[in-house]
Amino acid sequence: MDIKWDKILITGDPLILGSQIAIVLTMVGIVVGLTYFKKWKYLWSEWLTSVDHKRIGIMYIIMGVLMFFRGGVDGLMMKAQTAVPENTFLDAQHYNEVFTTHGVIMILFMAMPMLIGIINIAMPLQIGARDVAFPQLNLLSFWLTFAGAMLFNLSFVVGGSPDAGWTSYFPLAGKEFTPGIGNNFYMVALQIAGIGTLMSGINFIVTIMKMRAPGMKLMRMPMFSWTTLITSLIIVIAFPIFTVALLLGTMDRIFGTHFFTVADGGLDMLWANLFWLWGHPEVYIVILPAFGIYSEVVATFSKKRLYGYTSMVMAIVVISALSMLVWVHHFYTMGVGPAVNSVFSITTMAIAVPTGIKMFNWLFTMRKGRIEFTAPMMWTLAFIPTFLIGGVTGVMLGMAAADFQYHNTLFLVAHFHYTLIPGVVYAVFAALYYWWPKVFGFKLNERIGKWHFWLFNIGFNLTFFPMFFLGLQGAARRMYTYSEESGLWPLYALSAVGAIFLAAGFAALCYNIYWSIRYEKRTTENDPWGTARTLEWATATPVPHYNFAVVPEVTDVDAYWEMKKNKDNFALDPNKIKPIHMPSNSGLPVYMGAAFLIAGFFLVFEWIPLAAISAFLIFAGMIKRSFEYDDGYYVPVEEIIEKERTWRGDSKWKAK
Amino acid sequence: MESKMINHSVPTEYQSEQGKLNILGFWIFIAAEIILFATLFAVYGVLHTRTSDGPTGEEIFVIKDVVIQTMLLLTSSFTAGLVIHEMRRGNVRGLITWLIITLALGGGFLYMEINEFIHYVHAGAGIQTSAFTSSLLTLLGTHGAHVTLGIFWAIMVIIQLLQRGITPITASKVHIWGIYWHFLDVVWIFIFTFVYVGGLI
Repeated sequence: MDIKWDKILITGDPLILGSQIAIVLTMVGIVVGLTYFKKWKYLWSEWLTSVDHKRIGIMYIIMGVLMFFRGGVDGLMMKAQTAVPENTFLDAQHYNEVFTTHGVIMILFMAMPMLIGIINIAMPLQIGARDVAFPQLNLLSFWLTFAGAMLFNLSFVVGGSPDAGWTSYFPLAGKEFTPGIGNNFYMVALQIAGIGTLMSGINFIVTIMKMRAPGMKLMRMPMFSWTTLITSLIIVIAFPIFTVALLLGTMDRIFGTHFFTVADGGLDMLWANLFWLWGHPEVYIVILPAFGIYSEVVATFSKKRLYGYTSMVMAIVVISALSMLVWVHHFYTMGVGPAVNSVFSITTMAIAVPTGIKMFNWLFTMRKGRIEFTAPMMWTLAFIPTFLIGGVTGVMLGMAAADFQYHNTLFLVAHFHYTLIPGVVYAVFAALYYWWPKVFGFKLNERIGKWHFWLFNIGFNLTFFPMFFLGLQGAARRMYTYSEESGLWPLYALSAVGAIFLAAGFAALCYNIYWSIRYEKRTTENDPWGTARTLEWATATPVPHYNFAVVPEVTDVDAYWEMKKNKDNFALDPNKIKPIHMPSNSGLPVYMGAAFLIAGFFLVFEWIPLAAISAFLIFAGMIKRSFEYDDGYYVPVEEIIEKERTWRGDSKWKAK
Repeated sequence: MESKMINHSVPTEYQSEQGKLNILGFWIFIAAEIILFATLFAVYGVLHTRTSDGPTGEEIFVIKDVVIQTMLLLTSSFTAGLVIHEMRRGNVRGLITWLIITLALGGGFLYMEINEFIHYVHAGAGIQTSAFTSSLLTLLGTHGAHVTLGIFWAIMVIIQLLQRGITPITASKVHIWGIYWHFLDVVWIFIFTFVYVGGLI
């Protein structure tokens, strides 16, 4: 084991040096700030060790926003580089690193944490549960995701970033062609985060199967919870494949095996198959919860029941099944022959059918509804036409014969940004605006929200629509520059201008959060939108840590809407209140995250003895957990009565 | 989260609410494990003929040792069944005795497997030799690592049984460990069939 310090700390690059300084300063700032305001204890006991699903959800979302920033800066750097021909802002190697980290961070450390965070906040409330099935495991999932994200981001300043694309195709990603340690970061960091995601999936399935409120049959479950269930199912089926792929990739890179190598019988396309066997379901993992969010928002702000509930459920089940059967469409050009390609062409295009059903159901939900143009609804409305463009170009790409033309061009890049940004990012925005008042007790400002909406939408279309045409003109993806004679630069430049608007849109969101925290009107109204339909709106705002004083009985889809219709004015009989059992906070998940981070770090640097020794840190945590017999605690009746009385007001209290 | 609720009409491991959730959660985890091993089998299926300059399976497999390994592990699955049987009878001594016998059989299996690996390396079939040996040793190694983990896990459970006896919580731990152990047996049957017997045909 030889430690070469010059290989660890990257020096001599102004951009990276700037980041290193910024990181050190930020860390010093955080430590000093926390110490000065004496917030260490608060942070530790109220947040980092909290097993409350709502707080875990908030931590996921904060992480998602930070990663959105990081991934967004990567995107801006790419756009700046390609804005003019023969640009020298980034060299080829840096450009490779930047598009790699952009993809990985946006999918795995932005989209996934955002959605899992939103699921954490909304799903247990929607089904009338007090928490998820395994609260401590839930916190562990967060810390493993966080540890993975930190390890991955560390690569920028320590050791070098991965540079083989977010798909990390072998043999390029293998030791033969990228001998540095950059791609080790990819293999190890995603493995750690992946374990966390798998545990989240299991946790959500058990929660939904076992902890729904009395009377809530599966077919009475809110749409967002349905999509959570199906997404979790895909997680459990797809993530172990990625686990194996990453394991084999790690073995190839660190232990010299021959799974994906060129020499000694390895098969590079095996990686592509394994990767997309996980990767294609993965895009549905992120898109299904988004569909669920739109379903909730569109029903709430059309003041109508979601149109075609049963067909919506069927559609997501069919989508989840088809998601496992299309992976070859990512590499029609592998050359397995027309018969195989045809089969995968058909399965690919078949996905348009259930997705189309969902589109029409959303439109029919709005038909003759009284539509209210709030921020969440605006994002939903913008999603429908933009996602349609993404879907239609997806069908174009799905035709194997035509795909040989589009393959590896910016047409493809434009297509998947047209699916993932309206399909995930718009949904995340809609969800933030929609559930924000439930979580924090104040809305995000609508006026700044409009700025956010228009800047982001104009920016998005301006950035990515020209890329369709660039692709059709033959501009290949992942090229760091192009010649002036190619005639591509006007569209490239237009796209770069769009990226500025996108960035401004994101800035508007951040400003909105800041402004609203300071100035927006506070509310304790349990239903701040006034037209909400599902159970999460039936309890106090902000939600008490025990969620529901008495778990409500459910008689129909849209349980809360029914309660309002039946003039149930939330009078609560104090005699019905019993002490509520809650799980205790735990520092162990924080420890486990740190242990995985340390072991992972040593493994990335191929210091095997150190990695093996620090693996015992992980085992020690597991043993500690095995011997823990913590039964949690009870929330006393007096505390519940006090809380419920405050938000319900005396009139509703005395009604019984 | 009413973990204190005890239902006496069902076996001990299902009596607490949390125990029930844990058992369901673990079954779903086993589903994920099935996918994990299925992927490793698929990789082996693709790569097992790609031996490069290294030996083939026929040249290195010692079927006699593998049969002994199989017998050890199958017997341990039977004794793991007796563990649950004794637990249902409420006999903590019998439970622990059979658990230790199960672990001894599992340890015997591991001993044989380590010898097998040493034999392969001496026969020129290290993990870096060819795509075939990489996939073979990774598949076997992943299974072996699971067995190792299962042994240490059971030791932890034994200590807790000695401390607390059979309670709804310890019983659900034994039950979950039992699911895991039987699952490893099932995986081994597939390894035996497809890797060893299949490799000799």
